[in-house]
Amino acid sequence: MTDTEKSSEGQEISRPLFDYLVQLAALDLSEEQAQYLLRELNHQLRAIQELAAIPLDEQLPVTTHGVPFRSEDRPGLRADKAQPFPDPQEILHQAPKVEDDYFVVPDIPHTTLE
Amino acid sequence: MDFCVLSAFELARLIHSHQVSALEVTQVFLNRIEQVDGRPGKLGSVEDDSQDARDVHAFITLTAEQALHCAARIDQRIAAGEDPGALAGVPFTVKDIFCVKDTPSTAGSHILANFVAPYHATPVERMLQAGGLLLGKVNLDEFTYGSSNESSAFQPGPRNPWKLDRVPGGSSGASAACVAAGEAPLSLGTDTAGSIRQPAAFCGVVGMKPTYGRVSRYGLIAFGSSLDCPGTVSRDLRDAALMLQVVAGGDERDATASRRPVQDYLAELEKGVKGLRIGLSPDYFRITYPHVESGDYAEQPIATEIEATVRHAAELLQAQGAEIIEDVPMPNTRYGIPAYFVISRVEAASNLHRYDGVKYGYRTLGSVNELSELYRRSRGEGFGVQPKLRILMGMYVSAAQYSEQYYRRALKVRTLIRRDFERIFDPQGEYRLDALLTPTTPTSAFPLGEVYGDTVLMQYADQLTVPANHAGIPGISMPAGLDSQGLPIGVQLLGADFSEGLLLRIGRALEQVNADEPWRRTKPEILQLLGK
Repeated sequence: MTDTEKSSEGQEISRPLFDYLVQLAALDLSEEQAQYLLRELNHQLRAIQELAAIPLDEQLPVTTHGVPFRSEDRPGLRADKAQPFPDPQEILHQAPKVEDDYFVVPDIPHTTLE
Repeated sequence: MDFCVLSAFELARLIHSHQVSALEVTQVFLNRIEQVDGRPGKLGSVEDDSQDARDVHAFITLTAEQALHCAARIDQRIAAGEDPGALAGVPFTVKDIFCVKDTPSTAGSHILANFVAPYHATPVERMLQAGGLLLGKVNLDEFTYGSSNESSAFQPGPRNPWKLDRVPGGSSGASAACVAAGEAPLSLGTDTAGSIRQPAAFCGVVGMKPTYGRVSRYGLIAFGSSLDCPGTVSRDLRDAALMLQVVAGGDERDATASRRPVQDYLAELEKGVKGLRIGLSPDYFRITYPHVESGDYAEQPIATEIEATVRHAAELLQAQGAEIIEDVPMPNTRYGIPAYFVISRVEAASNLHRYDGVKYGYRTLGSVNELSELYRRSRGEGFGVQPKLRILMGMYVSAAQYSEQYYRRALKVRTLIRRDFERIFDPQGEYRLDALLTPTTPTSAFPLGEVYGDTVLMQYADQLTVPANHAGIPGISMPAGLDSQGLPIGVQLLGADFSEGLLLRIGRALEQVNADEPWRRTKPEILQLLGK
């Protein structure tokens, strides 16, 4: 994101920033949807601003899930061993387009990464 | 005998003792579905008020043939002297967010409308192994994103059996609605911010969110992976205990499913509440939310009738020997929703990136020139507005520039919320509570169309339930009265990690002591119309 794409102090999502997020999210939107989504995003952002007012100790740890797992409760990692699915065709049949045993996608144009 | 009013526990007992066949029971429930459910939710269907306003519309997919086939097998096994399991012959439904093999598993979304799951989710598999009979998949908010069931791509959407112009709540709204309408005694739901407890409160049934990790999430179409909990919907606490007993436990396919031994919940159930310490908190008798335009915060008390119902429940428990501890401070309750707005969106955005129109699900029907256009159009046409909103917000608040300000801050606030609970449940602490008794929701079920569209106000319907998801602790909502409009009021019991047995026991004591109260004799509108 460039500076011009950033919202002002994170308070409001501007239309250019919104359009940039939509592009990153790979979503085609109608103009009506875009207007609704931008409005609701900014409403939600105002609700989130309440977090900024909470005094937080620098040392306060983050919580990524609520329940601390005791080591004896953890299932542990499975062995890194491939297990063939009984019927791969069942999986392939879910795909919108396949050819032989491959998923088919349209052209992937060459792009140079900046 | 009307089997549709019996509990799962009673049905299983009757079937086990040859007093009724599983086939007969299944047919009765299928008849009830035909009587009250109306046409199932369909993609692209438009609601017709004159026809659809009289039915519940819980189902998306009915699996009647499969249920009858399994029922016949259960009967054969019982006749042969085998034990077909704790739920043998008991019908149940599944929120359409779980994978059920060879069955459409849609998440209520256009993007998964044609997805047929190639395997069973673990909780579904366990219900089937215990002899449960799957009647079908029931509707939900799209990808579970909502508190009213109005965002499903499958319409007509579910209605509240108590008053058909009200929402059933969400996102497990149809699970709660079908159990309230006697279409099944049990339903499997999920709870990410209150999605089992809030609809249970709105529909007058029992909904339990177990401790995070108590029930495997394998085969659950993910929303917020650190918050999602599969759980139970039933009409009473004994059925909740019976169902949890079946679905709980470790699972090597879910690294977050705890291997801690599962308690015998039914054995604990009737032990009463004598000597237990149950808290009431003023922070659960008010809600704080921002004005939609100004962003200014307003605090207001919850509905008077709801507070009175919670206090009445406390008095009943006190009369049974519990000690009621007033004024328990839970100061970080009000931050649950703002933190949830951040954490759940980041996790949702991450989980929704997998839908690309390539491997499964919807692919745009229009012609496209290159891959990124395929992604944009498939996702743009396949997702409804609620998933889109969550993707965009999740990407914004986790962007490198804002992550510290929003995401990490929200995770720290989550720590504060967790500490509120650790402090009150600490056996050596000041409060030493066995449970906190609270309202489940700030209001009873609101009218269809009244809140939908305002995504902030809708989210605040979960203010009293979401702290348990942040903290990972278990919670149960159970019916405790009706308001002056005749709508159910739910009370919530919250407890320490893995204290489901204790919460079920307290709930059981409460449902036994209020069993003869006059409101218990009032039936939902849909059953009154049936003459039940």
